[in-house]
Order: sequence, then C-alpha cells, then structure tokens
Amino acid sequence: MIRLENVNKYFGDLHVLKDVNLEVKEGEKLVIIGPSGSGKSTTVRCMNFLEEPTSGNVYINGTKLTGKNKIKVVRETTSMVFQQFNLYPHMTVLKNLMIAPVKLHHKSKKEAEELAYHYLDVVGLRDKAQVYPTTLSGGQQQRIAIARALCAQSKIILFDEPTSALDPETIKEVLDVMIKLAKENITMVVVTHEMGFARQVADRVVFMADGQILEEGTAEHFFVNPENERVKQFLGKIIR
Amino acid sequence: MSGIFSARAWNKVWLYRKTFLVGLGNTLETAAIALVIALALGIIFGLMATSGKKVLKAISRVYVEFFQNTPILLQLCFLYYALAFSGHSPGILVPGFTALGVYTGAYMSEVIRAGIESVPKGQFEAAQSQGFGYISRMVHIILPQSIKVILPPMANTIVNMIKNTSCLYIIGGADLLSLTYSFVTGENTGGAYAPAYLLCGVLFFLICFPLSTLASAWENAIKKRDRKEVV
Repeated sequence: MIRLENVNKYFGDLHVLKDVNLEVKEGEKLVIIGPSGSGKSTTVRCMNFLEEPTSGNVYINGTKLTGKNKIKVVRETTSMVFQQFNLYPHMTVLKNLMIAPVKLHHKSKKEAEELAYHYLDVVGLRDKAQVYPTTLSGGQQQRIAIARALCAQSKIILFDEPTSALDPETIKEVLDVMIKLAKENITMVVVTHEMGFARQVADRVVFMADGQILEEGTAEHFFVNPENERVKQFLGKIIR
Repeated sequence: MSGIFSARAWNKVWLYRKTFLVGLGNTLETAAIALVIALALGIIFGLMATSGKKVLKAISRVYVEFFQNTPILLQLCFLYYALAFSGHSPGILVPGFTALGVYTGAYMSEVIRAGIESVPKGQFEAAQSQGFGYISRMVHIILPQSIKVILPPMANTIVNMIKNTSCLYIIGGADLLSLTYSFVTGENTGGAYAPAYLLCGVLFFLICFPLSTLASAWENAIKKRDRKEVV
C-alpha cells in the first residue's frame, strides 16, 4: 500500500533519513518508535510528500509520488493527524469536518454533514459540532482532528505523534479512539512513544535511530527480546 | 486685506469651487485605477514572496526593495520623461496611475506577505495533507485567517496612496493638490492661499479619515469575533 524505496532526506547538511526502505501493507497497523531526532516524523511526512525525499521513491498503491501528482494522490488515499492538531481555527468543528468532503471530494453539503456527524459520533463529540476548535481541550481537538481525517474516507491514516502535545489525562481518550479505529480495515502508520498502544494494536513495530531503521518486529518482540543494543537502551527508558 | 482668511479670499474659493471638485475627482480616479494595479501586483508579488521558491522570492524581493527605496517622485518623473522622450505622448493620467500603482504595489506585496506568514505552518500542512491544491488552500484556509492581519496595514497603504496622488504635481497633474496649486498661483485666481489649501486638506481628510476609521472598525469586529471563538 505504501512503499518507501531508498529514501534519503537532507535538511541542509543534515542527513535526516538514510536510505530508508519500508513497506506498509493494506490494513496494517504500523507503529514507528525511536528517540527524538531519529527521523520518525520525517518518515511519515515523506509518505504523503509533506516532505519530498532528497532521493529515493515513495509509492502509494503502486503510484510513484511526484511533486506534480502528490496533491491528487494524497487527496485520494491518505489523511494525516498532527501532533498540534492543526484544526482550522476560523471554522466551526462541523465546517472543519465538511470542507474537504465538499470542496475536494465532490460531496453535497447534506452528504458531508451526515458524514461529519457520523464520525463525530465515532469520536464521541457530536455535541461540539457548532463550536470553534480553540474552545476545546487538546484531547478533544485531537479527536476532532481524527474525525476530520476519517471524513476523507481515506484508506490510509498517518499519525505523527498524536498524543505528544496532550496532558497525561487526555492521552487516554485519544488512544481509545485510535484503538477503536484499529479494528477497522484502515491502514494506520503511527509515530508514537505509547508502547502500551503499540502492544495493543500494532501488527508491526519499527525502531528508528539516526535516520535508519534499526530493528523491526511485533510489539511483543520489542518487549521480550530486542536484539539491538540501541533498542534495548531506548526501551529500557520508556517501558516501565 | 484683512488677514489671510479674508472674506474676499473665501469668496474667490467659493467662485472656483468647481476646480476643487474636478481635482478631487481626478485624484479619486487616479487612486482607484492605481489601487487595482497595486492590489494585482501586491497579490502576485506577495504570493511569490511566500511561495518557498527561491527564484520567485528573489524577484519579489528585488521589486519591493527597488520601489520602496527610491522616491515616488523620481519614479514618476522617470516614467513620464522616459515615455515623453521616446516619442509617446502619454498624457498625465496614464503615467500617474501607473507609477502610483507600481509604487504602492511594493507596499501591498509586503502587507500580503506578512499576512500569509502570520498563519502557522501547520495550517498549510493540514490543508496540503487533505489534498487542497495551492489555490484552494489559499482561498479556503490561509487567506481567511490572514485577512485580519492584512486589513489594517492595507487600509493605511491605501490612505497613503490617495495622499500620494499629490505627487502628480511634479508632472503637471490635474489632481486635487495640483489644481489647488494652480488656483492659488493663477493670474486671475491667485492669492487665496490659506482658504484654498485649507479646503484641499479638508477634502483629503474627508476621503482618508472614513477609510482609516472603517478599517479599524472592521479590525475590531474581527478581533471581537475571535474572542467569541475562544470564550
């Protein structure tokens, strides 16, 4: 479904991704873990071409992403949930959910509204349809952002550290929504430090450090017998 | 003579009141056409400045710096005499609104650039990740958020532009200030300096003051709406 092929990314002189090869299968729940600055976020951001690789290729459903086709391919296949939510502050929650379906996916206002309320139910925030996003807590904003991603009805949803900007007590409400989603046939790529979540939903976990994939396996594998020294070190710090 | 504001002087101004209205009309016409040019150039170069493309950014920078760092009077004279000496007879209106439009466009470009840059990067990314192309991203997501940053300085720029029509005096324009000057120095009409310049100032004020007031009222209304969103 998504394939990264020898992807390299430089920010100026900084070599952020070093020859990354990674394939995500349809319906797979892939969790990417690793220390900060390891290139996890850049990796998912390359998947929808928010960052264009310096060299190497990205394929979605067999189509090679280019600067020219990225908007169209991304629109039809992927959605993204950001660390900082990035809801549109000048629109109500309902408008936030409706704008892409109406403007980009050729839905009628009525269809888009039904869709929006359906996914507001999924994230449990139907009563917030008419308020502006800035009036909501971080956890609520992120649940709205997830509903917005769902409204595009994409087969792929990319999560870039979706709980890292949240208060500890609101992390759970967001993770619960994501766990619920994981039961659907959606391909999920999640950059996170939440090992409990990884253990519960991940089909596969990838560990990155210094712009490279050092080890991959099931969540269980990482808990029980990680091989790489660097991985053991990292997990020793975050698993308690 | 009973002082500079004598009844005779006022009377003279009243007799020739049409001169001032014609001047005001010319000033407004020049300003209106120049505004269209300035807005078009400002949008084009403002978008270029925020495009992230090095070449476009550089071109926009050169335009802005060149026109902001040379006097409008010089640009006006240059355009007028360059046209005149190359055998065209451009009249006064065309070089007037062209020079004024291009000069003001440089300021508009900066206003629009600052407005777009005030929107957090995450908004651009969210829109792109949803599949909004460049134009729809700007129209639906970015510009509605930057308008409150753009509006007040844009109104100031427009007010300045209206006042700058008085520079047309240097090429013998027919704008409000030029006609006032002709009036007070004219063979038959001359002498009524104080009332004439006062009237000229009042007319400029009557145009510019409501504009600035409207802009701050609009700005306040938007700010109020934003507060409502937060509460």
